[in-house]
Amino acid sequence: MNLDTTTIDSIVAQAEVAIAQASDPTALDQVRVNFLGKKGLFTEQMKGLGKLPKEEKPKMGQVINIAKQAVQKLLTERGELLRAQEIKEKLAAESIDVTLPGRGTQIGGLHPVTRTIERIESFFGDLGFEVKAGPEVEDDYHNFDALNIPEHHPARQDHDTFYFNPKLVLRTQTSGVQIRTMEVEQPPLRIISPGKVYRNDYDQTHTPMFHQVEGLMVDKDVSFTHLKGILHDFLHHFFEEEVEIRFRPSYFPFTEPSAEVDIMGKNGKWLEVLGCGMVHPNVLRSVGIDPEVYTGFAFGMGVERLTMLRYGVNDLRAFFENDLRFLKQFK
Amino acid sequence: MKFSESWLREWVNPALSSDDLAHQITMAGLEVDGVDPVAGEFSGVVIGEVVECGPHPDADKLQVTKISLGDYSSTTVEKGELVTIVCGAKNCRLGLKVAVATVGAVLPGDFKIKKAKLRGVPSFGMLCSESEIGLADDSDGIMELANDAPLGQCVREYLDLNDVTIDVDLTANRGDCLGLKGLAREVGVLNSLEVTEPTITAATPTIDDAITINIDANEACPRYLGRVIKGINSKATTPLWMVEKLRRCGTRSIDPVVDVTNYILLELGHPMHAFDLAKLEGGINVRFANKDEKLTLLDENEVTLKEGTLVIADENKALAMAGIFGGLESGVTNNTTDIFLESAFFAPLAILGKARQYGLHTDSSHRYERGIDPTLQHDAMERATELLLTIVGGQAGPVVEAKSDADIPQTKDVNLRRKMLDSRIGHHIEDAQVSEILTRLGFTVTTTGESLAKVWQVIVPAYRFDIKIEVDLIEEVARIFGYNNIPNIAPKATLKMCEQKEANLSLSNLKQALVNRDYQEAITYSFVDPKVQALLHPGQEVMTLPHPISSEMSVMRLSLWTGLLQSMVYNQNRQQGRIRLFETGLRFVPDENAENGVRQQNMIAGVISGLRVDEHWSMEKAATDFYDIKGDVEALLALTCDAQGYEFSKAEVDALHPGQTAQITKNGVFVGCVGTLHPELERKLGLNGRTLIFELLLSEVLVQKIPEASDISRFPANRRDLAIVVKEDVDAKNVLQLIEKVGGNYLIDLNLFDVYKGQGIDDGFKSLAIALVLQDTSKTLEEKDITDVIDRVVATLKTELNASLRD
Repeated sequence: MNLDTTTIDSIVAQAEVAIAQASDPTALDQVRVNFLGKKGLFTEQMKGLGKLPKEEKPKMGQVINIAKQAVQKLLTERGELLRAQEIKEKLAAESIDVTLPGRGTQIGGLHPVTRTIERIESFFGDLGFEVKAGPEVEDDYHNFDALNIPEHHPARQDHDTFYFNPKLVLRTQTSGVQIRTMEVEQPPLRIISPGKVYRNDYDQTHTPMFHQVEGLMVDKDVSFTHLKGILHDFLHHFFEEEVEIRFRPSYFPFTEPSAEVDIMGKNGKWLEVLGCGMVHPNVLRSVGIDPEVYTGFAFGMGVERLTMLRYGVNDLRAFFENDLRFLKQFK
Repeated sequence: MKFSESWLREWVNPALSSDDLAHQITMAGLEVDGVDPVAGEFSGVVIGEVVECGPHPDADKLQVTKISLGDYSSTTVEKGELVTIVCGAKNCRLGLKVAVATVGAVLPGDFKIKKAKLRGVPSFGMLCSESEIGLADDSDGIMELANDAPLGQCVREYLDLNDVTIDVDLTANRGDCLGLKGLAREVGVLNSLEVTEPTITAATPTIDDAITINIDANEACPRYLGRVIKGINSKATTPLWMVEKLRRCGTRSIDPVVDVTNYILLELGHPMHAFDLAKLEGGINVRFANKDEKLTLLDENEVTLKEGTLVIADENKALAMAGIFGGLESGVTNNTTDIFLESAFFAPLAILGKARQYGLHTDSSHRYERGIDPTLQHDAMERATELLLTIVGGQAGPVVEAKSDADIPQTKDVNLRRKMLDSRIGHHIEDAQVSEILTRLGFTVTTTGESLAKVWQVIVPAYRFDIKIEVDLIEEVARIFGYNNIPNIAPKATLKMCEQKEANLSLSNLKQALVNRDYQEAITYSFVDPKVQALLHPGQEVMTLPHPISSEMSVMRLSLWTGLLQSMVYNQNRQQGRIRLFETGLRFVPDENAENGVRQQNMIAGVISGLRVDEHWSMEKAATDFYDIKGDVEALLALTCDAQGYEFSKAEVDALHPGQTAQITKNGVFVGCVGTLHPELERKLGLNGRTLIFELLLSEVLVQKIPEASDISRFPANRRDLAIVVKEDVDAKNVLQLIEKVGGNYLIDLNLFDVYKGQGIDDGFKSLAIALVLQDTSKTLEEKDITDVIDRVVATLKTELNASLRD
């Protein structure tokens, strides 16, 4: 075989055709082997170089190298094109319906009462009120006597108390936690105590178990203006609007002055949302705090009532039926 | 207490509408529960007189009347016309004054009166009963008006029916307002108005009859007044004005004597009692009941009196439960002609709680328990006498009084210090205003000192028995000043940092973890159905409520399972397929060593059933099983950063499947259990399909391990997988614990990633595939180091558990 430029040109021409015809990277690779491989056509040509006269060798070698580079370039270009095509096809084949639902989407929810309690804890917690818990089966001392409600006090009758025996009850109010706290801690005190309370009453507007959040602050110079201030703030923040609020004189044996707090409902009627007052000196004395030195305020709010107003729940009893269709609205 | 607005306005008449009045007293602390009209909406009803009354020609039960309406005229009635009306009432008779709905009248319910023909006789209106004009729920016959009722006057006007009944929900401290007198006083204070009291004239005795009164219990009954009235007219009826006043205050008319005592109770807030004089034997004795003494009460129930009960007795027997309820035998009847009238002051402490001991609560006990004015007995007696003599006639004897001055509450002196007033209210109310408020309240006020040292020395009148100490006065000043006139100020406090133990895991973290795992929180009642609970916790002692709402809510829960499972059934009955609920709360376990004999432990519990995940286009549909709920529990325990510290072991729990139950312990202490509900229980509770359940003691899981960091290795880790075959009853835990024990320091992780039974494994055996990850902190492990560990593990598994490597 003659080694001359014509032959080289012809090999390059062959390569061009073969490269253009290679339809996938494997075929292209075969083309590369055929032309540039160890036993490829160019290698064959290079072997022919030895037979050429000395003076022609460099020139011819250069011709071959240029030809090889040209083929290599074509191979690279074709290779990139084929890979791009292949990826495109592959991606097209992998296309999915992104609107189908994903896996493991389900998430549960907290009970609306818990949700409200957590919000209340957060508001007061930020003001340094510590959360305290107390027993629900309570002795009459902590539920009544220490709260200035001696046996036979008419206020006891208003409580519809569940008695186990004359000395042991299901707590009718969270106020007993005040006593339990003040028995072991000295002022200054700031606590709130959420929890279940019980009254023997069951109708459209009463369930025999419900939730209260008790609050207590005892310090020097704590006054009724402060009680009003903190509860105003709380109600505005809880409802996230400027609800109309009024303080109405009332009576609780363990506070004096005592008040009930009403807010103006959407229907234009006042709704009672909590009871409060300045801690009665007898209560402070019963736990060894000098009422001449310290004063305090206490409040108790009905969690269900607040929850109903906040989320538009109409039936109190729904809170304890645990119907998933109801609960799942509070995710 | 319910009262009639127009009756109140007889005493004090502020220039306020009914609504404004109701608002004003609400804001003074006398909460108004309701304001209701005293009669239905009607018009065109006037007073008439039956001037002719004859039988209907064609109907036995009807009468044809001619009614005179005096000078009344309207578009349908000419002045002086006698109106023909057919009436079916039995009490319709000649001369009766009646309420006449003329043609064109509109009765409650928009009932229009038209000309009609009744069995052929034309009728031009209707004679009304109480119920037809909304004065009563039902009535017998037509309304009988007083003989002096003016003909032609509008009945609304005559009966003053443009009145409302105001219902005040009085707090326990305001017993002084349980009568018109007290309410009027309060309204007078609020409006700075004088109150016009009815003039009470003492009756001059016209007979000498008297009964001796002896008080054996001076402290309980400091004052007792009695009077004999003889020769009353037993046929007399209560005048309509009194019946109406009673009715508008929620009291039914009974008979004139009882009505008068009830009237005094409403007017003055002072209970009274009348005895039939003929039934009394000898003098009156106020004493405590004797042991086993019996008394039949007015409601015809016989009670055995308790020894602490104060009674009114004669020489031989108890006549009445003092201040609570009269006796049947000595009560006034239709045949009574002579009465003995009681007006007494019983001390609240003697009456408190007593009525309740007998399941009683009366208007009288309600007032005596809260307290009445200890100076009011003579007024009450004279007022009652005056009304009785007018209504039923008779001759009054002298008032006999027995009393113990030492036991009658005296007026109190209470000091109010400026310093205390300011420190409790937090807002300065001017001296003059404080004095004015106290004076307006009827208190006698003198002052000493100036500015911060100022003291108001207050003499509290007897009727304000609720005012005893300084804060009572502070409340009065604030109340009259107006709570809403006191500014709102944010409190100041010392910024003292609270303790926050990092090791205390917060409950909300735990709850949130379950919520994130698709649990819905439930809150169930703490009292449950004893029958259901006994299925879940057979033979366990339980706290029982003696007076529950219902038998299904009568015992305290021993776990949260009863409530949760019932919620599960409730939801399954409402087409909910996949249910995952959790709850936290107390359980109540009787325990002599605990405070008040009950261990109140905070628990967290969950229950699941249905599909593992909601049906999904790309996931296998599978029912949830033990390992789902175990995973949830493990996730909770992982929050403690010490999951390894909790040990699961096979256990038997009453309510659970004997082969699918684990108990969880930590350092040998019981933490809780998890398992599949016993299939028998599923059936008995009406559950649909397999139900998984867990419960943990919160005290054992709300602890968090505080991390202690160690250096991480810079050398590569090596993983070796072992497949070993063991007997089926060998727990995976034992295999893993053994590997951990012999694995040495290089073994840094262990993961059981496959369990296989079936082809290639002998019956009764299982294959466990376990990955061991080995690493050293100081060098790259060589093959020999690794092989040593693996060989040691395999050898030990062989000797200890008879395990072999899988072929």
